[in-house]
Amino acid sequence: MRVLLPVLLALLAWSAAAAEERPSPPRPGVEFQSSDTRQMQGDDGANPGMLWVEQGASLWRRPEGPAQMSCARCHQDAAVSMKGVAARYPAVDPASGALLNIEGRINQCRKSRMSVVPFAYESNELLALTAFVTHQSRGIPRKVAVDGPAKPYFEAGRTFYEARQGQLNLACSQCHIDNAGKRLRGDVISQGQTDGWPAYRLEWQTMGSLHRRLRACSLGVRADVLDYGAPEYLALELYLAWRGEGLPIDSPGVRR
Amino acid sequence: MPQTTRIVMPASAKKGEVFQVKTIIQHEMESGFRRDDRGLAIARHIITSFVVTYAGAEIFRADVFPGVAANPYFAFTTTATETGEVVFTWTDDRGDVTTERRTLTVT
Repeated sequence: MRVLLPVLLALLAWSAAAAEERPSPPRPGVEFQSSDTRQMQGDDGANPGMLWVEQGASLWRRPEGPAQMSCARCHQDAAVSMKGVAARYPAVDPASGALLNIEGRINQCRKSRMSVVPFAYESNELLALTAFVTHQSRGIPRKVAVDGPAKPYFEAGRTFYEARQGQLNLACSQCHIDNAGKRLRGDVISQGQTDGWPAYRLEWQTMGSLHRRLRACSLGVRADVLDYGAPEYLALELYLAWRGEGLPIDSPGVRR
Repeated sequence: MPQTTRIVMPASAKKGEVFQVKTIIQHEMESGFRRDDRGLAIARHIITSFVVTYAGAEIFRADVFPGVAANPYFAFTTTATETGEVVFTWTDDRGDVTTERRTLTVT
């Protein structure tokens, strides 16, 4: 027993560390915002992100391309067909084996089904459609697949999350696990949850994608700022979604 | 080109009732004071006026200046007097006009 005890203790400590990989309970991003910002997000009449949702609703019905296809012609009423979709993305596309987020899925649809030019990442159109599709899942808890074909992407995302980066030599986990809830200058460090994205960021004066936010994080630790839709950010997006499993989708969020 | 807008107000109200109207419009509100990567001035592009009429009478007017943030939000209260159309008009400095209409039924 005397020999076993330290082993048991070590095992216990190891399992506790593994459990801590995901914050418990996960807290939505909006909880780390000021009361003014929380109020703005909570009121659909004042939340500027709803403008993009509105714009997305009209793009959903807009016929385009040689066959005059629109999203609505296949998917009909988004309130029915898109409900819960954003909660299980990013997901692996069975045909190509590639990991797709909502932006990627929309553009894949545009290319293969509508035969039109994909929207540029971070264009108002892609932001609007992404916000519109994501908004249909508002209130639905996130649950993503991280096994099977998604496993390598998930592991890549976890590695990226835990790797020290940039001149400041910081890993995502050092702020968003070790110091979440503490202050960084005038800000409260959040858990880094993605439930509110795409979100309207007051600093940007516009709607922005999750990848724009991740680019700002990369810049913040003085690491290489990767391209929109980069494989590293996609894998990270999957890992972050898994970290926030159980949190209801709450897009469009409003952020500082 | 008309911009995307959102208006939140009741569809009906009792005569004499005070109700709130919330409006928001998608607009970049480029102040004209910023410069691009090459140091060239970015042309000003802002909404300059917002007018609301109710049953033909003006009930709200705002002159808007470069200090106002993107996607301007206006909220105000007014009194229900008669059944009529509420007309919202935003005008920007390039002459683009966005007009939205809502009908208020007074009971």
